[in-house]
Amino acid sequence: MDIIVPIKQVPETSNVKMDPETGTMLRAGVETVVNPLDLYAIETAIRLKELHGGTVTAVTMGPPPAEKALREAIAMGCDTGVLISDRKFGGADTWATSYTIAQAIRAIGPYDLIIAGERATDGDTAQVGPGIASWLDIPLATYVAAITAVEPGSSGTGSSSAPDASGALIVERLVEEGYQILKVPMPALLTVVKEIASPRLPTLRGKKRAKATELPLYNTENMDLDPAFLGLKGSPTKVVKIATPRVTRGGTVVHAGDEEGVVTAVDQLIAFLESRGLVPAAGASTGGRP
Amino acid sequence: MSFVWTIAEQYDGHLKAVSFELLSRGRALADKLETKLASVLIGDGVTEEQMEELIRHGADEVYSVQDPRLARFVCESYSNVLSHLIKTYRPSIILAAATSTGRTLMPHVAVRVHTGLTADCTELDIEEGTGNLLQTRPAIGGNIMATIKTPDHRPQMATVRPKSSRPLPEDPSRTGKIIAVPVDDAHIDTRITVTGYRTDVEDFVNIEEAEMVAAGGRGMKKAENFALLRGIAEEFSGVVGASRDAVDRGWIGYPHQIGLSGKTISPRLYIGAGISGSIQHLAGIKTSETIVSINTDPEASLHKVADFGIVGDLFEVLPELKRRLAERNRTEDPRQEANR
Repeated sequence: MDIIVPIKQVPETSNVKMDPETGTMLRAGVETVVNPLDLYAIETAIRLKELHGGTVTAVTMGPPPAEKALREAIAMGCDTGVLISDRKFGGADTWATSYTIAQAIRAIGPYDLIIAGERATDGDTAQVGPGIASWLDIPLATYVAAITAVEPGSSGTGSSSAPDASGALIVERLVEEGYQILKVPMPALLTVVKEIASPRLPTLRGKKRAKATELPLYNTENMDLDPAFLGLKGSPTKVVKIATPRVTRGGTVVHAGDEEGVVTAVDQLIAFLESRGLVPAAGASTGGRP
Repeated sequence: MSFVWTIAEQYDGHLKAVSFELLSRGRALADKLETKLASVLIGDGVTEEQMEELIRHGADEVYSVQDPRLARFVCESYSNVLSHLIKTYRPSIILAAATSTGRTLMPHVAVRVHTGLTADCTELDIEEGTGNLLQTRPAIGGNIMATIKTPDHRPQMATVRPKSSRPLPEDPSRTGKIIAVPVDDAHIDTRITVTGYRTDVEDFVNIEEAEMVAAGGRGMKKAENFALLRGIAEEFSGVVGASRDAVDRGWIGYPHQIGLSGKTISPRLYIGAGISGSIQHLAGIKTSETIVSINTDPEASLHKVADFGIVGDLFEVLPELKRRLAERNRTEDPRQEANR
């Protein structure tokens, strides 16, 4: 089973600076890590490879330093990585990003599965995974919490040219009502949630291998791209304003202290909830609960 | 012709609450633009009476696309249907819920119809002069608020978190049109099959759609102590949430997790007990209407963002709070008494 894992490099701290002109993030001088939610996608891919053979390729789009994220993925157990990087990709929104990554995946060649994290912790949109599936016109299952069965295709494991020869997965999606159970033919794109697996740590051997791995660079020179779909210019959405929201609400803080203090504090809390209409006023007999 | 659309959601033939919440957002925008508001319903088995309810809650029109093959959400089929409706009727604005369905369907559709989509908007407004939709959303863990627009593409699309707006009161005098749109066989994608649902999951929670959340962190000390929070949640018909710390310790399941690697919630009331308030956790609760914090540490970050904080031992505060709420709820409604 050949698997592609799109990952994102995100700032580690929340002290991120924004460019007031373009409304995009200033990445200089900020520690970066692999998006924590992508680690579950990487882990899922490695486990599938361990069970069914094949390869795992991590791909990331970003400025050249984003290759660090690919090396971290390889250190965990991915076979290789592809860096999608070009100045012309800068400032892309989720629409342009999903287009560019989808074109890179087409260029990588046949695959059985794409596994992405649920969303990135910086942009927090969860839009790029579904966007890639839409561009590639392959079946999409989001919020996958478990892969309960892998049904082999007619051509067995490994890459396959005929799409229906790739087999199918039985997956469980975490939805509002519980879990939706789907049969998804491959090739397909899954986005996975934390419940699916516990990510392993990189090994020393993996780190050594990661250091030695050559990472191919995909850019506007060697990819088939519509220039009108790239970067800030190719993005349908535009950031028009960035504001820093107030951090504190200036709320009341009371000290409970001893047993008597607890009763007083709870008194005050209930009076506060009452003032906000979150519990009915004392003595009111409207029936029903808040 | 309706210029503002909302995407109604259904499960098992029943309209979900978010369908009505979106209408109050949509109504405000349609009124500002002096245009019509339509609700788009893709599904199966939703009765005319239920669709009339959408009209009484603000819709002028309901586009009803119902077919047994659309009963369960399959992204590809829903995306084909919605993309086709968009190309046919050319709405200017579409609002959808930031649910597992909306967050899957809308980015898929955005690619198909070549337009922008802004996730999890907390504020929506119309720009003076241009009539463009101004979409404001928290980003970078809630550290910034970004205002985004889609100036050159239509429709302008946004998702809105469940519970972040309240439905308009029902207006029985409102009238509107229900338009049944036939399903084109070519729009039904048969690649994916939904084989079923697992809904009897033990201790499962739909935390994003809860009105009230009582959450616990490391200060809860062990799994059994979450019973204290269940007791509080029960008094508000709410649910129990947890910090990542508590989930990672195995005290409670992942569906309960709030924060950057869990769910982002906007309930009317959030009570956090024994939660210090990491940046990651705060990012998940910042849009709550009212935040209450209970922690022995006066320096806990959660106290700083709270509307009301109690510096005290949760093992003393929660039982006292439970006792008081239960007492009030008993006197409020004698029927509850009879049930106990």
